Amino acid sequence: MRIAYYPGCTLKTNAKNFEDSAIASAKELGIEMVEPDRWNCCGTVHALVKDDVMHHLAPVRNLIRVEELKEADKVDSKQVVTLCAMCYNTLKRSNQTFNEDADKKQKIHDVMYKEDIKYSGNVEVLHYLEVLREIGWDKVKEAVKKPLDGLKIAPYYGCLLLRPRGIGIDNADNPTIIEDLIEALGGEVVDFAYKQKCCGAYHTVHMKEAVADLSHNVLKYAQDAGADLLITACPLCEYNLGPRQTQIKKQYPIFDSIPVVYFTQLMALAFGLNDGATAFEANKPDPTPLLTERGLME
Amino acid sequence: MENNVEMVTIHVMGKKHGVPNDLTIMKAMEYAGHQFRRGSGCRGGYCGACATLYRVKGSYKLEGALACQKIVEEGMYIAQIPFNPAEKITYDIEKVRPAVNTMVEHYPELSRCLSCNTCTKACPQDIMVMDYVQASLRGDITQAAKLSFDCLTCGLCAVRCPAEIVPYNAATLARRLYAKYIDGPSKHVIDRAAAVEAGEYDEGIKELMEMDKEPLQKLYENRDVNIHG
Repeated sequence: MRIAYYPGCTLKTNAKNFEDSAIASAKELGIEMVEPDRWNCCGTVHALVKDDVMHHLAPVRNLIRVEELKEADKVDSKQVVTLCAMCYNTLKRSNQTFNEDADKKQKIHDVMYKEDIKYSGNVEVLHYLEVLREIGWDKVKEAVKKPLDGLKIAPYYGCLLLRPRGIGIDNADNPTIIEDLIEALGGEVVDFAYKQKCCGAYHTVHMKEAVADLSHNVLKYAQDAGADLLITACPLCEYNLGPRQTQIKKQYPIFDSIPVVYFTQLMALAFGLNDGATAFEANKPDPTPLLTERGLME
Repeated sequence: MENNVEMVTIHVMGKKHGVPNDLTIMKAMEYAGHQFRRGSGCRGGYCGACATLYRVKGSYKLEGALACQKIVEEGMYIAQIPFNPAEKITYDIEKVRPAVNTMVEHYPELSRCLSCNTCTKACPQDIMVMDYVQASLRGDITQAAKLSFDCLTCGLCAVRCPAEIVPYNAATLARRLYAKYIDGPSKHVIDRAAAVEAGEYDEGIKELMEMDKEPLQKLYENRDVNIHG
């Protein structure tokens, strides 16, 4: 019997005795081990390598830009606020890795050779919701000019604001931060079982049917709980829950559309700001008929 | 002459030469007997024809430079890149529009950028190449055009990019889109052209044409060089 034999690097050097004995003993059993003419590292060096430094370069560079702002005295602290949940998650995780792993920290700096500024690790990454909590819900309430009376709002967290636990902005199992905001704005919180479930995320690029299934679940549960609309903190969630409703309707003909807006749009509305600030014209489906009907818009 | 000048040792395409230490790479190569038929243009750091890769003995890092600008260093290993077989997209500027996706549609490799910044380090013009690649990626054509304004298209960024992006050709697209659709026609050029057409400068030109060399030279030397007028 002839069988292909892949040796690997060690069998040709330090473990030559392993190879020699194996080939010889196999021969006695009538097995011919045939080595390919060309072979390369089995891949373990790449598969087992524990640094994924390249993934952290882009986020760390952004944190350096924040330090530069502070050094130029253009901001008051080394805090940075993000709106997009994905950006928040990415920056926060890299920041954590950078600060917790001295070896990785050195490697990231090694890749950024010949660059003026090194990252200290001292930037604090915050989501806007955290900034609001820090300022205080009372302060938010004071700014409200048109309370969202009677508007039943389902808070949708998605995954990136809460997980992994080490970087979540709130308790991963029982978050309340968006609920606190809704109450401060004078709206009515609609709790629902799917507020932390995945919307389908980037699968929207190549598996829109699967994303429509997942997003349909989220919207359906919110509707069944009595919600007038959902609020989100993530552009990808907004896309999957909002404009993707066209696809959802194809798969679930009895589905009724429901508006999905960013939490900041309801803040602008409650603070009595103009159309330029609320910017509802970019939302699909259009939330303005609902808001007009409730007397929140003219 | 060599007695008064300190010499350094350089290697051109692997061959060792002793050259004066105050020469540019280009002049040092000519000093060593090379004649340029490609890879040399304006000799003033403006045209980008003389892209050169080099390494200094003792370092593993490959560096980029313009041969007409970079002064030789002891232990340099030098190779010129007179032609760069990089991807260059053909498009009709009358049809293409400065939309969010335009850059990645024409140069999809842009989306492979990991922000390693190797391109920026390779740039002899000190352009923030990575930053304009990132601007292109997010569809900020104005920023990409402005950041890449000093590009000479020498191509060293593309040679060094591990993601095989062609920053300099993408940047050309960004600047063309910016010029045609975002910035639009320059009012001062149109006004000036109209003034020329209307004969506003005919008398002045005639006056210059008839001047003797000496006063003309004096006028030239004392001219107003504030290009922003």
